[in-house]
Amino acid sequence: MSDTATSDHATTTGMSHNKLAMWVFLGSECLLFGALISTYLVYRGRFATGPAPGDIFDIPFTSVSSFVLLMSSLTMVLALSAIKRGDLRNNRLWLLTTALLGSLFIGGQVYEFTTFFREGLGYTTSPFSSAFFTLTGFHGVHVSLGILMLMSMFISSLRGSLRKEHSETVEIIGLYWHFVDIVWIFIFTVIYLVPSPTS
Amino acid sequence: MSTAEITEEHNDVVHDHPSDSKYFQIALILGVLTALEVATYYVDIGPVLIPVLMVMMVVKFFIVAAWFMHLRFDNSLFTKFFVGGLVLAVAVYVIALSTFEFWSKG
Repeated sequence: MSDTATSDHATTTGMSHNKLAMWVFLGSECLLFGALISTYLVYRGRFATGPAPGDIFDIPFTSVSSFVLLMSSLTMVLALSAIKRGDLRNNRLWLLTTALLGSLFIGGQVYEFTTFFREGLGYTTSPFSSAFFTLTGFHGVHVSLGILMLMSMFISSLRGSLRKEHSETVEIIGLYWHFVDIVWIFIFTVIYLVPSPTS
Repeated sequence: MSTAEITEEHNDVVHDHPSDSKYFQIALILGVLTALEVATYYVDIGPVLIPVLMVMMVVKFFIVAAWFMHLRFDNSLFTKFFVGGLVLAVAVYVIALSTFEFWSKG
């Protein structure tokens, strides 16, 4: 990892351009997820003869998944705090914990999708099912990419190539991870907790 | 005081990021808010349900963005770019949902 990853090198604007680029990317991601959430809202009442959202959602299960993802934001910020202190051992510990919590969330999503499929909700069953699987699937892909980035940082750290001066790399990937959490905060409330149509 | 300590102290002043214990406190607040959100599934609070859920969702959003994503400590330009995208998304999709008569049909 080159030293361009450090936060202290001079830029023409006096701020980190890598971090700025991540914030611009996250701003654009708001439009992507906004489109997916809006599409779901338009189609959530169109379930034809398939299961309705209110009949199929398992709120207690999804609540636990949501809590797991929320806590992964805590472990992510602790990983950043550790590397800023130069505490590489705890940095690795929290990076791995974050990746494990993210994996637990993805495992829960796979279980949920499998259960829904067994109950007759396939991707093309209804406009509701297509919109639901597209939205939550896109989010799941984002979480999975985040896990890959976390594991690559963990391996870099084990090899000794992720050090205190690279804390901005952890911060930038942390921003992505927190954004994924923020999107789930929206999805959990709007899709699961706001009362859904029943058949 | 060693050079490393001076540098670290300098960085702390520049970034002014919270301590780990502060992060745990924030996570506790987020956990309590999530528990309250889930409680609305079991307790009927009538017509205020959706506004209450929306308020809690927005509060959680801002807590994560401000504290965990450090927006309140970082350069304000980062906030402008992110909020710019967010405001644009909300505006575009409120208009899109309005064209589908989402608000009247529910």
